[in-house]
Amino acid sequence: MLRYLFRRVLIMIPTLFVTSVLIFTVMKLPPSDYFETYVAEMQAQGEKADLGRVEFLRTEYGLDQPVHVQYFRWITGFFKGDFGYSFEYDLPVRDVVGERLGLTVLVSFCTIILTWVIAFPIGIYSATHQYSWGDYGLSFLGLLGIAIPHFLLALVTMYFANVWFGISIGGLMEPQYFNQPMSWEKFKSILAHLWIPVLIIGAGGTGAMIRKIRANLLDELRKQYVVTAKAKGLPPRRVLMKYPFRMSLNFFVSHIGDILPTIVSGAELTAVVLSLQTTGPLLIRALQSQDMFLAGSFLMFLALLTVIGVLISDVALTLLDPRIRLQGQATK
Amino acid sequence: MTDPHPASGALPLPPPGGRLVHVAATAPFNPHIEEALTETQKKVYLADQLTLMWWKFRRHRLALVSGLLLAALYAMILIAEFLAPYNYEQRHTGFIYRPPQAVHLFHEGRFLGPFTYATQYRLDMETMRRLYAEDTSRPVPLRFLCRGDSYRFWGLVKADIHLVCPGEGGTLFLLGTDRLGRDVLSRILIGARISLTIGLIGILVSFTLGIVIGGLAGYYGGLFDLLVQRAIEIVQSLPHIPIWLALASIMPPHWSPLLVYFAITLILGLMDWTGLARSVRSKLLSLREEDYVVAAQLMGAGTGRIVFRHLVPGFMSHLIASATITIPSMILGETALSFLGLGLRPPITSWGVMLNEAQNINVVALYPWLILPVVPVILVILAFNFLGDGLRDAADPYH
Repeated sequence: MLRYLFRRVLIMIPTLFVTSVLIFTVMKLPPSDYFETYVAEMQAQGEKADLGRVEFLRTEYGLDQPVHVQYFRWITGFFKGDFGYSFEYDLPVRDVVGERLGLTVLVSFCTIILTWVIAFPIGIYSATHQYSWGDYGLSFLGLLGIAIPHFLLALVTMYFANVWFGISIGGLMEPQYFNQPMSWEKFKSILAHLWIPVLIIGAGGTGAMIRKIRANLLDELRKQYVVTAKAKGLPPRRVLMKYPFRMSLNFFVSHIGDILPTIVSGAELTAVVLSLQTTGPLLIRALQSQDMFLAGSFLMFLALLTVIGVLISDVALTLLDPRIRLQGQATK
Repeated sequence: MTDPHPASGALPLPPPGGRLVHVAATAPFNPHIEEALTETQKKVYLADQLTLMWWKFRRHRLALVSGLLLAALYAMILIAEFLAPYNYEQRHTGFIYRPPQAVHLFHEGRFLGPFTYATQYRLDMETMRRLYAEDTSRPVPLRFLCRGDSYRFWGLVKADIHLVCPGEGGTLFLLGTDRLGRDVLSRILIGARISLTIGLIGILVSFTLGIVIGGLAGYYGGLFDLLVQRAIEIVQSLPHIPIWLALASIMPPHWSPLLVYFAITLILGLMDWTGLARSVRSKLLSLREEDYVVAAQLMGAGTGRIVFRHLVPGFMSHLIASATITIPSMILGETALSFLGLGLRPPITSWGVMLNEAQNINVVALYPWLILPVVPVILVILAFNFLGDGLRDAADPYH
């Protein structure tokens, strides 16, 4: 096990290296950079851009140097805890992400818990009552959750939340509390706003989860050991929970790693529509304005979390199901 | 005692005490007569794979209906211009933000055939809202197979025949008009062309990549497999929407809308092949140990032939089923990209482009009919999901 872990961690290094090169390339691909766009915009508005400052920032962050040197500077910064500088916010990337990261984790965490709490009972019910009206109805609801584009659901919910409950439109709290230290009032404000994004983001995830739980559990329930267990007179609950349910969790565990990156990035589009103060809109804004260090560093952070997540999944899977071999060698 | 047909079934019994006649059948002996199948049995037992799959699929009512619906929709996009009552780009400046209009059959208790009422327009000077009302004294009958707005069929042939058009002086905005006074229904019909095909082309890209890469990785194993797995991990570690955004922002603004369309399908496909490659790989890992693969190897078949001729067809049906389920994510991907203004650009229209114009909270409050393109989106996604479910069940007819 330890050897396996060691090997996996070693393999992560080239993976992350390639990812970082990819991300950097994608960031560098647009023909113009942030400053060119910035200067052009300023000129279009009839204002004079501070060319001296632009020139200073360019040299300061090595944008005038060859690409590989830029890449090297960016990537070595990570090891020193320096994630680059956001030109748009005029702040180091770390400070820009600051409070938003906490809020994102809060929203994502609540969403995931909600998804599980709803999806598991429904999935189990659907599988055990296959082709009943309850199964059809619940499956349909779940599918609807997948089929409606989230940003639209967000818009409509936001409208009705405002009309019916008088909740201010958008955001995760009343605007005056953002970037303020935590207080009781702020906490209440967050709670009042939290449920909309959690419900909306959760809708799609819950639908998908129900389908997966149902399919996996059904596969297990068809197997012969279930018949044997029933024939031997095990109570129904035990017939369900003891083995089939545990086995059907395999898929769940193998996807548990995917949760890590989503916790941090959140549902970008919904967040944009609801103007949540989370990291999603920040990332999208950064990508649109070619604020390359902000976007690149954040993407890199997400990639790192994904790789770690996959590792966690694999390890958890072996712990759950002893039949899965890690050192499985190809026979060819 | 003479019997002309000694072997013909029921012989009369000899009188009591008499000898039984010795009979030998002259017909040829068929030892398999008991195993022979009747015609109906033959149909079931000897049905080929496809027939079995079709039978299984047919039992899944919802999937069947969904399949028919999708077939109808795809057939519809072939003649979308003809079905649309207006040219989708035609601006009706007198009818901006006109709410959906109803078709009536009876006017003052008299049957008139389908008609619409003429529109009365008033500007509310306080709120500056356009107010439309039906002028119930002036019914305008609809015309069918009529000449209306001219269009270029498939962008090639000039024509002006429509299935239905408003009567002279009347209007037919069944789903209302948008901020430029364009008919929403016509735009939905034309937009279907892009929205429905984008998923198909995207899935084609991801399908090809997934099968080839996953197939070779699963068959060869070893170093190649390791590399591919890492590549998959890398692609999957990139969050989709930001990468779509980044790639979409690379596209030069001077590209023609058609080129943008293909680029977007490519982007969608490039991010999507990993899941398919994974399932192909894991299937192949187990299938390559089968005896028939060894047999093929011993007969000197090359890798390509073994993988693509013997192994892949074995689970092709599963792949198609899973591909059907991923098409919706591509359609949603397009709406998402267009919603952010990075997908297709006018004059090309798609459901995503239309929803992009509806992203304002004012629209929800004042002009809710502009959100209607979401209805076909939901329908198509549901239909693809049900179809995929049915196909997946049918893919394994012996289960």
